[in-house]
Amino acid sequence: MNPLIASASVVGAGLSVGLAAIGSGVGQGTAAGYAVEGIARQPEAEGKIRGALLLSFAFMESLTIYGLVVALVLLFANPFVS
Amino acid sequence: MIQSFFFNLTELSVGQHWYWTIVGYQVHGQVLVTTWIVFTIIRTLSLAGNRNLKEIPDGLQNLTEFITEFIRDIAKTQIGEHNSSNWVSFLGAIFLFIFVSNWSGALFPWHVLEIPNGELAAPTNDINTTVALAFLTSIAYFYGGLSKKRLSYFKRYISPAAFLLPINVLEDFTKPLSLSFRLFGNVLADELVVAVLVTLVPLIVPIPLILLGLFTSAIQALVFSTLAGAYIGEAIEEHHLFPNIFGCY
Repeated sequence: MNPLIASASVVGAGLSVGLAAIGSGVGQGTAAGYAVEGIARQPEAEGKIRGALLLSFAFMESLTIYGLVVALVLLFANPFVS
Repeated sequence: MIQSFFFNLTELSVGQHWYWTIVGYQVHGQVLVTTWIVFTIIRTLSLAGNRNLKEIPDGLQNLTEFITEFIRDIAKTQIGEHNSSNWVSFLGAIFLFIFVSNWSGALFPWHVLEIPNGELAAPTNDINTTVALAFLTSIAYFYGGLSKKRLSYFKRYISPAAFLLPINVLEDFTKPLSLSFRLFGNVLADELVVAVLVTLVPLIVPIPLILLGLFTSAIQALVFSTLAGAYIGEAIEEHHLFPNIFGCY
């Protein structure tokens, strides 16, 4: 295997998960913050808020997972390795 | 000896497959095996639960009725009150298959069974399965929209304005792409995290992550079927000029 391709792939895999995690981290934090605020204002709506929060967490998390998929492709199924 | 046994249980083999050749096509054998096991589990449960139906449900019948009601609820909220009954079976098939296969990947000790190459794992761990499910969803909403609205279905590509045509066309491609990648990535990520942790600390420590994995994979089954329902609902919704004044459909 070409060492340049190998090292670039490893660095790229790390970066793809790391950078992808930033956005969803910020997003999940914001969502969780507003959810807590909502529960504090209206404790009886906790069940509904939790359901919506978990569902939207799944969507946010999937953005990081896309980065993870790219990282996995680079590590395990790299198309540039002949 | 014991240690090596446990390490074998957590062997990482991403990208390793047990190739079968069927009529000239190479297929991933381990996925077919696990898929059929998942089918068998679902079929056995539903047959055992509905074999002798009672007025007052108990045991397995309770479970199957609860699941059916849950799926009908998803269909009702996503597709709408009067169209949903046609799509309950589709959404239910998708939900049950994904749910049972995700949980079987986490709960069933697949690694005890040795196969020549690769490993047995959840069927949704393979991108071909998730892509197939996502394409089924695409076909379903195209079919739903076309059969409901005929050619006026294509009006939605130029709504709300004609210059949005490229984005609307692009959406038909990004929908299956995001559906399949989301499911595949989540399932594979769960299994990888557990496997990596078990290689580091083989006892106790991975258990919370396994539980988290069970939780996320259940949520992913819900997300997939919710989104499929949302896409179908979006494709077949009608913009009523005159709402039905009789209140019945």
